[in-house]
Amino acid sequence: MSDYARYLDDSQRSFARPRTLAEWLHLDLMLLLPLCLIMGLGLLVLFSASDGDWDTVNRQLRNLVVGWGALLVAAQVRIDTIQRWSPVLYLFALGLLLLVLWFGVGAKGAQRWLSLGIIRFQPSELMKIAMPLAVAFWVVRAGLPPRLSVIAVALLIIAGPAVVIALQPDLGTALLVAASGAFVIFMAGISWWQIAAGILAALAAIWPAWLFVLRDYQKQRIMTLFDPEADKLGAGWNIIQSKTAIGSGGWSGKGWMQGTQSHLDFLPESQTDFIIAVLAEEWGFRGVLCLLALYGLVVARGLWISLTAQSTYGRLLASAITLTFCVYIVVNMGMVAGLLPVVGVPLPFVSFGGTAIVTLMLGFGILTAISTEKRIISQ
Amino acid sequence: MAGSLGAMRDTRREWSINRARLIAALIGIGLLLTILVYRYYSLQIVQHEAFLTQSDRNRIRVEVIPPTRGEIVDRKGRLLATNQPTYVVGVIAERATDLALLTEDLRERLALSEDELEAFRERLAQRRPFETVPIKVGLNDSALATVAVDLHQLPGVVVEAQLTRHYPFAQLLSHVLGYVGRISSEDLDALDDDRYRGTLHTGKVGLEKRYEPLLHGQPGFQHVETNAHGRLLRVLEKQPPQSGKDLRLYLDLDLQRVAAEALGEQRGAVVALDPLNGGVLAMVSNPSYDANLFVEGISYSAYGALRNSMDTPLLNRAVQGQYPPGSTVKPLLALGGLSRDFITTTTTVRDPGWYRIPGDDRRYRDWTLRVRGGGHAEQVDMRMAIAESCDTYYYDLAYRMGIDTMADVLKPFGLGRTTGIDTTGEQGGILPSTRWKREAMGEAWFPGETLSAGIGQGYMLATPLQLAQAAMVVANRGTSFVPAIVHRVGELTVGGVPREPLKMDAEDWQAVIAGMVDVVHSKRGTAASIARGMSYQMASKTGTSQVIGIAQDAIYEEDKVSERNRNHGLFIAFAPAENPRIVVAVIAENGGGSSAATPIARRVIDTWLNELSDV
Repeated sequence: MSDYARYLDDSQRSFARPRTLAEWLHLDLMLLLPLCLIMGLGLLVLFSASDGDWDTVNRQLRNLVVGWGALLVAAQVRIDTIQRWSPVLYLFALGLLLLVLWFGVGAKGAQRWLSLGIIRFQPSELMKIAMPLAVAFWVVRAGLPPRLSVIAVALLIIAGPAVVIALQPDLGTALLVAASGAFVIFMAGISWWQIAAGILAALAAIWPAWLFVLRDYQKQRIMTLFDPEADKLGAGWNIIQSKTAIGSGGWSGKGWMQGTQSHLDFLPESQTDFIIAVLAEEWGFRGVLCLLALYGLVVARGLWISLTAQSTYGRLLASAITLTFCVYIVVNMGMVAGLLPVVGVPLPFVSFGGTAIVTLMLGFGILTAISTEKRIISQ
Repeated sequence: MAGSLGAMRDTRREWSINRARLIAALIGIGLLLTILVYRYYSLQIVQHEAFLTQSDRNRIRVEVIPPTRGEIVDRKGRLLATNQPTYVVGVIAERATDLALLTEDLRERLALSEDELEAFRERLAQRRPFETVPIKVGLNDSALATVAVDLHQLPGVVVEAQLTRHYPFAQLLSHVLGYVGRISSEDLDALDDDRYRGTLHTGKVGLEKRYEPLLHGQPGFQHVETNAHGRLLRVLEKQPPQSGKDLRLYLDLDLQRVAAEALGEQRGAVVALDPLNGGVLAMVSNPSYDANLFVEGISYSAYGALRNSMDTPLLNRAVQGQYPPGSTVKPLLALGGLSRDFITTTTTVRDPGWYRIPGDDRRYRDWTLRVRGGGHAEQVDMRMAIAESCDTYYYDLAYRMGIDTMADVLKPFGLGRTTGIDTTGEQGGILPSTRWKREAMGEAWFPGETLSAGIGQGYMLATPLQLAQAAMVVANRGTSFVPAIVHRVGELTVGGVPREPLKMDAEDWQAVIAGMVDVVHSKRGTAASIARGMSYQMASKTGTSQVIGIAQDAIYEEDKVSERNRNHGLFIAFAPAENPRIVVAVIAENGGGSSAATPIARRVIDTWLNELSDV
C-alpha cells in the first residue's frame, strides 16, 4: 500500500486535472524525449549496419512502435495496482520459466522461447520486469532497512529465476534479472558490510561456478577476454574485429555508411549486440560521447524520478529500473570494447531486436507512471 | 495517531535511506561511465593509428601482379614461345567452412590425382594465414567451364587466371627454346624473391634458362579492397608490371622445319649458321620431345621414359652431342699445314692406299683400300686430298706436324672449347694433345694416335655446332662470330659478336676452299652424288667417324655391325662458296657414312638460298 495515499483524500485527487496531452497520458517528457533521440540515432546506425537495408529498418520501427504501445499501457497503470499484483506477476513468470525448461523451443543451442501459436515468447524477458517488482514488494512490506531474514528471502526470490535462466543457458539475461533484483535490495539500504559480505561470497562462488556451472563456450568467452589473440580466427575474432572497428573510428569517425569493418563483413553481429562498434567506427569518439550523453540524460531523469517518487515502492522500483538500464549500457559497451566477456546483452534502443525493446519500454512505462503519479499527488 | 506518526517517521527514514543509496548509485554509475569513456578514448584516440592500420590491413591486400613473360619469335616474327591463359583453383583454408569436406568436393569436381592432393596438403601445411593455396593448376577455358563454373561460389575457393607458357611447335623447337617449369626449392635459392613473387615458373633449360632474367620482367603491385570473405571489391592503387623482353631469334621457322623433315627419322643433328653474323638459322636435334610437358610438371613415368630412352631425346645433339669429327677436320688441318709451312698447295704425297710410320711396320689404311684395293692416285696433292678425302695424305701431314702442333692449328677454329652459344649445357668436345692426354688419362701420347687424330678419329671429339663454327671460319676466310640463337632482346641486338679473325694468306684460303668445292663439284669428290641440279657452288667436306675401334686388319663389313655400331655420317658445308650465306653441319648418327648426311645439308642449303634467304 502506498504510504502517502492514506493521507490524501479522494477529493484532492480529483483536482489534479491533466493540462497537457502528455500529462493526460501520464508521460514524462523529460524522460521520453532523450529516449526518442536515442531511437532516432539508433535507426540511423542500424540503417548503416544493415548495409542500407530498408526492410531491417522497417522491422525495427515496428519493434519500436510495439515498444511505445507497451509503454503507453504501462504508464496508465497505478503504482499501487502494480504493487498489489507484483507477487502474482512474479509467480506467473517463474511458472513460465519452468515451463520453458521442460517444453521450450530451442534456438542456437539454447532453450529460451515459449511458443504460443504465432507468438514466440521469452519468459525470461517478463522476469526482467517482474523481478524488481517482486523484490520491492517483499522488501517494502517488511519496512526499511530490511532485516537479515528479509534479505535472505529476497535473495531466494532473486536466485530462483536467475538460476533457471542461467540453465537455459542465457547468462546475459540471468545477469540482468539478478541485477534488477539486487538493485532493489541495495536501494532498500542493506548495510555496507552486508554488501561487502555479498561481494566476497560472489567472488568465492567464482571457483565452483567455473568448475560446475559455466559451460565450455562461456569459459572460452571469458578466456578470450584476457587474450583475444590466442584464438584469432575463432573466439577471438569477434573481439579483435570490434576493437579494430572502434579504434579505427578515431575522433570523428569514417562517416555514416563508410565503415569498412562493418560494411565489409569483418564485424560480426553488427546489427545486434555489436552495433556500438558500427557507431564508433562511423561516428567516431564524438558519436560515442553523444550517445552516452543521451543515455546519461535518461539515467539522470530516472534517478530524479526515483529521488522524488512519493512512495518507497515507487522509489525502489524507479531506481532498480534505471540502474538495470545502466547495466545494459555498461555490459554491452564494455563487452564490445573488450572489457567484459561476451554475453548476450543488447545496446538499448540501438541494437536490432523486438524483445529487448518491449521489455525496456515496459520498464520505462512504469518509470513514467511513477513520475506522473508523483506530480498528480503533489498538486 | 501514534502509529501513524511512527509510520510518518518510517517514511522519512526510508526516504533518506533511498536518497543516500541513490547518491551511492550515482557515484557507482559515474565510476563505470568514466571507465567506459576512458576505454573508448583509449581505443579511439590513443590507439587510433594502430587500429586504423589494422582495419586497412584487414581490407586492403597488396597483390602482386606477376609480369608477363617475354615471347620468343623467329627472324620473321612468328611466335615460337607464347603465353596462354589458364586457371588456377586455390583454397583459402581460413575461409572454408569445412576444409576436409571442401577438399573432397574439389577432388571429385576436378578429378584431382593423389599426387595433386599430396602436393596440396604439403603447401597447405606451409601456408601463411589467409594465403591462397593452389590445388589445381593449368585448367584451360573449356575445362574450367565444364567442371568448375560454380566453384567460385564455394566459400574458401578462389579461381585465378594466369598465363602459362606454351610452345606451339612443341617437338620442333624444344631443343632450341628449352622450357620453363615450376619453380623448385633449388630455383628459389638462385632467384630474387621480390622479382618472383606471384610467379610460378622459371626457365629450366635452353633459351628459357639462359635469358631468364630478361624474359621474366618486373612484377607490379595492386592494392585491392576485399571483404571478410576475401572477395575482391575494388582496386585502390595499381603499379603495372613490366613485361619481360621478347626474344627475336636468327632462326627461321621454315628452315627449321625443312631441316627437321630432311633429318626425318634419322638420329642426329643439323646446325645452320649465318656466316655474316654467326646467327643460328636452324638447329635440329633428333629425336626430340614436347617441351609443353614440362611446363606444369611432367609425370614421373613420362620423365623416366624420356630420360632412360636409348635414343636420348633430352640430349640436344647440336650442342651437347660429341662425335669424332672424322674427315671434316681435313680442310682445317690443311690450312694449319699451309700456315706452318708443313705443306704447300703443290706438295704431293705418294698414296698406295696406306701409310706407314717410318721405322714401324704397322700399316695405316686409307678408306680407298677397302673400296678400290689401292690409293687415290700415284701422287696426291692437297686439293685432291680434300676433295677425295685422302687419308694417306693426312697421315703424312699429321705425322710430320705432331699432335701438339696439330692441336695448336686446330684451336683457332674453335675445337676443344665451347663456342659460347647462348643456350645451356653446351659441350666443348676434345682437342687432344700430349698435355691433354697426360692430364686426362695420365698416359703418354703414342705416335699412332697422332695419325688417328689426323683423320679426326681417336680421342678427338666435336659437337655439330663446333664443326659448323669451324666451317664458318673457313667460309669467311678467317672472320667469325660467336654463334648465337638470339638476335635481339627487345630492341637491343645481342647477336653477331665478332671474334678475333684468323689471319692467313688469301691464296691458302682459296686453295683449301677450291678443294672443298671439289668435294661436290668434281667427278671423284666424296659428295659428288649431291651435285645434280645444284644452282650454286657449295664448298664442303664429308666425314665418317667410327663408333667402335676396328681391329687393325679386320675388314669392315657394314651389314655385320649392328645398327648402333655403324659409322656416323658427317658433313660440313657452306654456300655459295665465293660469297657464303649459309654454313651447315650435319651429323647422321649411325648413318653408315657421310652419304646419310650430305642430302640433308643439300636440302637445307637449297631451301635457304633459293626460297628463304632475303639477300
